[in-house]
Formats: sequence, C-alpha cells, structure tokens
Amino acid sequence: MLDRFPSMLSSVIEAALAPHPVDRYLELVDPMITWSDLRGRVVDVRRDTARTVTLTLAPTRQWTGFRAGQYIQLSTVIKGVRHTRCFSPANAECGPDGFIELTITAHDDGFVSRHLRDHAATGDVMGLQPATGDFVLPQQRPEQAVFISGGSGITPVLSMLRTLVAERHNGSAVFIHYATTPADAVYADELNALAAANPWIDVHTIYTRHTDTDGPNGHFRPEHLTELAPRFAQAQTFLCGPAGLMDAVREFYTERDLDDALHSEAFTAPSVAPDPNEPVSGTLSFASSARSAENDGHTILEQAEAAGLTPEFGCRMGICFSCSAVKKSGCTRNVLTGDVDTDSDTHIQLCISAPVGDVEIDI
Amino acid sequence: MQLSTSTEADDKSTGSKKTELILSYEEVEALGRELDELRARIVADLGQSDRDYIYKIIKAQRGFEVAGRGLAYLGWFPPAWIAGVGSLAVSKILDNMEIGHNVMHGQYDWMREPSLNSREFEWDTVCPADQWRHSHNYMHHTFTNIVGEDRDIGYGIMRMDRDQEWNPYYLGNLLYASMLMVGFEWGVMLHDLEAENIVQGKRKWTDIKGLAKGMWRKASKQVLKDYIVFPALTGPLFPITVAGNVSANLVRNLWTFSIIFCGHFPSGVQTFTPEECENETKGQWYLRQMLGSANITGTPLFHIMSGNLSHQIEHHLFPDIPANRYPEIAPEVRAICEKHGLPYNTGTFSHQIFSTWKKIAKLSLPNSWTEDDDNFSVKVERERKGVA
Repeated sequence: MLDRFPSMLSSVIEAALAPHPVDRYLELVDPMITWSDLRGRVVDVRRDTARTVTLTLAPTRQWTGFRAGQYIQLSTVIKGVRHTRCFSPANAECGPDGFIELTITAHDDGFVSRHLRDHAATGDVMGLQPATGDFVLPQQRPEQAVFISGGSGITPVLSMLRTLVAERHNGSAVFIHYATTPADAVYADELNALAAANPWIDVHTIYTRHTDTDGPNGHFRPEHLTELAPRFAQAQTFLCGPAGLMDAVREFYTERDLDDALHSEAFTAPSVAPDPNEPVSGTLSFASSARSAENDGHTILEQAEAAGLTPEFGCRMGICFSCSAVKKSGCTRNVLTGDVDTDSDTHIQLCISAPVGDVEIDI
Repeated sequence: MQLSTSTEADDKSTGSKKTELILSYEEVEALGRELDELRARIVADLGQSDRDYIYKIIKAQRGFEVAGRGLAYLGWFPPAWIAGVGSLAVSKILDNMEIGHNVMHGQYDWMREPSLNSREFEWDTVCPADQWRHSHNYMHHTFTNIVGEDRDIGYGIMRMDRDQEWNPYYLGNLLYASMLMVGFEWGVMLHDLEAENIVQGKRKWTDIKGLAKGMWRKASKQVLKDYIVFPALTGPLFPITVAGNVSANLVRNLWTFSIIFCGHFPSGVQTFTPEECENETKGQWYLRQMLGSANITGTPLFHIMSGNLSHQIEHHLFPDIPANRYPEIAPEVRAICEKHGLPYNTGTFSHQIFSTWKKIAKLSLPNSWTEDDDNFSVKVERERKGVA
C-alpha cells in the first residue's frame, strides 16, 4: 500500500490540475522545479574566445545523462520567441547527476549563437531535450583512436577524448583540430593540459588561415594524417566539422577502403534563406507519410493534396490554423506577407506557406 | 460610395425603410489594403511584452484557481464559500477567454512555446480543444454571419436572424437561449455534432462517433476534477465543495454566453447570404467581418475578463493577433470605418446585452409581427468596373 502511494498521489495531482500539465503551474513558482519537463540552469559562463561562449548547465532531475558524441536540443527565449538549437556537450560523458558543458560558437548569421554569446548569464534557465545521436564511442573503447575536428565540431570529439581520460583509457589517441587562427582555438589550453598530463594523447592544432606555425597549416591534406597519425589505418577515427573537412577526410578513408573505421557527424550550419526571387526548386518531403514531391511553387497544402495526401485544413486563407503542422527543416515563404522562415521544427500554416528550396514537413 | 433608400419588397409588410450604402469594388479593396498594413505593422512589433502579457494573465489565472480551491476548505463559512466560488469563476473565465480562446486561435504560436501552441493547448471546459478549433476557428471565423453557413447564428437551436425561416418551434427562442446560457460549456461542447442536422437526417450517426468519443474523454476528466477529486480532497465538506464548483462553472457560463452573444447579435449587425460571399476577395472578407461583429465598451479590466471579445470587430479582422493588442488597434480600425462611411458597432455592455435579448425575443415571432430594427445595410459591388 505504502509503496503505491507516490503513484496514487501523482495521479490525483494530475487529475486535479487537468487539462493543464503540472509543470504549467510549477514553472510560475520556479522553472527548475519540474514534474516532467527537462530544463537546465546556467551555473557558469566563460567566454574563452571572441566568438565563443561556454555554458555549464545544471539539469533538472529528468536528465538521464549523455554519451560522449551525442547532442542535445537547447532552447532559449529571444525577444519573446523560443528558439531551439542542437549542441554537443564537450565534457566527459556522465550520468544523471552530471553537468552539461556546451561551447557555442557565434556564427555570423547565427541568431541564437550570437544571442547566447552576447547575453547568456549565470542563472538563466533553458529548455533541454534528452541527449540523442548515434555518433558515440563504441562500448568496447578503441585501443587506438584518432579524433579530427574542425571549428565548433570540436565539442563531441573533445567529449570523447575527455571520456577516455576519465576512464583511464589504456590505449593511444591522436587529436587533430582545425581552427582558423590561434584566437579561434577554443579549448587549446584544455587540449594542451590533457596532452601534458596523459602521455598517450597526442594533440595537434592546425590553423587554416594562419601560417606562422612550426607544423602543418591550411585545410586538410592527406599528409596531415599520414604524418601526425601514421597508424590511422589501425585506429578508429571520429570526425566532426564543417562540410569541406568532412568531405576531404571521408574521401581519404574511402580511397584506402577504411570506411568502416571512420565515424562522423556533420554539425549543420544554420540554413541560409535561398533567394525567393529565384525560380522555384527543391524537393518537398512529407515526413510521416514517407512521400515527396518536386517543389512546384504552390503552397504546401496544395502540393500535399496534389501528391495524394489529405492533411487537415480549414479556411485555406491563413486564419483558422487547422492546417498548421511542424516543418522539420528547410525554408518557407509566407505567401501573404512574403516573410521567409528558415528555422527547423517550427509550426507553420500549410495553406499560406510555400517551400523555398528543399523542405521537410511532418504530415 | 453611394447611399440609397428603398422600401424593400421583403419588408413591405412592416413598411420599414432601408438605407443602403453601396461601396465600389475598388473602395473595398482599398479598405483591405489599409487593414493589411495595420496587421503587418502589429505583427512586426510582436515581442517580449506580448509574451510577458500572456504569462502575467496565466499567473493571475493560476492564482485565482489556487485561491478558489483553497477557500473550498473554508466552505462551511459562507463568505469564504462565496469568495471561493468567485475566485474559481474568475480563474475559469480567464482560462477560457483571455487564455484558451486566444491561444487556440494561434495568437501566441509565434512564441514557439509548446504549451501555448494552438494545436497543443487544452482548456478548462468540457469542450475538447480540437473540436472547438473546427467549429469556431474554422466554421465560425471563415463563414462569419453567412446565414445557413455560420452555425454560431443560433447554434442550430435558436432563431437569430430574420432571414431564418420562422416556425412555431421558435416560440421557445427565449427559453432555448436561457437554457444555452445556463449550460453554455455543454452547448459549446455539443456544437460540433450539428445535432439539428442529425435530427433532419442530413448527418449520419456514424459521422459523430469520433466526436462523441472525444467529448466523453474530455468531459469525464472535467467532471472528475470539479465534482469528485476536489470535493473529495475537502473531505467532509464534499457536498459544499460540489455546490461551490457547480456555482463557479455556472457563473463562468452566464458570463461567457453574455459576452459572446454581444459579439454578433446586437442590433445593427449585418448578416449575409451565401451568394453574396462567393469568391470573396480579402477586402470583401474584411468588410464582412467588420459588419458582422459588434464591440462592447468598457474598462481595461472588463476587456481582459471578456477575453478581449469586447473587441469582437478587431478579433474578427485579425483573429490571430494577440488579444492584448486589440485595444491599441481599435481606434485605428474605427477611424478606417469612419473614413469609408461604415458603421462601427459598439456600445456599453448593458446596451448590447439588452439589444441582444430583445432580438432573441422578437425573433421568436414571425417577421410580419415585428419590426426590423436594422434599417441600414452595406452592399458591395462584387465586380471591378470599367476594366478596359
């Protein structure tokens, strides 16, 4: 009887507060006391380079931890609007009682990253989603590992390296990081300290736009690997960075028939709005019905119907919101106002939204 | 625009004079552009203060709810019981009107807050949110005041317009309206069933199975909460708490019915025929929303407690603009109306509600027995003239 008390109590509370979820009451008292929502409070803010901010978050009790290499969704409110972006924790993987360390690089057109770089402060509470992603260290830790990262792609692989260190790994690791200039090399001090304290770690930082160094510089070239990590063929390689670096390294591994030893994840740069005045192009994908159509410039509702789907709709003029659905990715144009929307995972009204380029919609 | 006075054939029996204002096609399009510009200006300005506003209202609503539930423990003491009923009624009114109605219109979707998204929100009343979004957001807001299409004209049980054919059933108009007022949340719940169409055989029972299931699911939770869980939590005060919760729901019903009926049924509100509204332009749609709605004047607190449906005209023009913006938009809308010589139907609550009940009473009788109060109407030239 006594052991059933907590679940009985929670059903009474939920029945009493219906139809509103319990958290809709608690958040008005303290956003960190949550019934089911996962949130995190910023407990530390560091700005190591001009373009980055490193946040340490203390999550609520719903946090179940993360595996090195995974990412989380972080959401924050800017000018009244909640924005959500994916970030990979940079600290060693940990369980439910651990912190989350995020390093966020402010891209020139990164609305959220620039906001966080400029305004994030200790005490801020942000929305979180549980960690997810398949780019992780295998359970059987590799005896030899090569980590290659570029720019802000450093965070998931640094997390992997730090995890190996925390586990007192019995093997070797080469860490090659590409940064534009020394001023952009976030975590340079940590990497050097890790290498100094752990003889099995070999760290190399390569500057792509800075030639005044002893070692190699410039973008990825095969010699970087053959010279800095000569035993790459025996190692498991973990790669994360911008598209150019990813493509070059993948090509290198494919040529040597080493695809199976290469694990990678692309971090997506913020999508840039295509020019709406250009001729229409792209593919409109309907995520939950596993269909797609060549974008013909009509509204998404019309194109979905032409593709044989029957999404819910009402007024067909943008007033009733019957047809609103989640846009997973891509850029859409409001046909009434001409406004474009490049954000992912947002609700849009199908009857007044036309795709600009590739769009994935959850219908 | 041009004015004409005529004795309409329909009204020969009463001999009433009708004044018609005829707007040209271009004039209505100009009106549409002015309203589009107004809308764009407000949408571009939405931000943190609108977010703060809705959260302030939510906080107040939760406060009244907690106070109301808490006071139930003092239900044996009549003043406390009355205060508890008042608090809970205020909480439910805020929840249904300024929060629920407006959030479900998509007014706060731009905030991308899952808990305030039009498709995810559920409100503290027996009507399931998804069904209400269909009957209200789509049916009523698209076909506003088109007799035979807008089911809010009489809710299928009353005669609310002279163009609805009279029959002896409508002698009970006042009774039906009173019953709907008392049980308004249940009337709203049943609205999407289109019960009169089932009675007339236009709708099959199988069509409503899914709706009925949704109603059962939602209403049972509401009943469980108000009439079982909370009363049980007050132990020996169970019956007193039930009485309190019934009263709070009743107060909410009387109030919401009254506000909502003032929105489209006072005298001076125009109705339309389906033929008039075929292939409407956006400008013509705007005009119909303006002519088919009526405002109520009042204090800021009155506007909040009415969910800003006291700004029914602004709400019908811009149903997805956050309601807290309606008071600031209203003078501009009124100025646009005046510029085009159009009526802007507004009045005190007592004036509008009296006018509404008078109409309900008059419409229980055949047209030939009563006089048409509405002797001013606006017509639109549907086609562009002088196109070379």
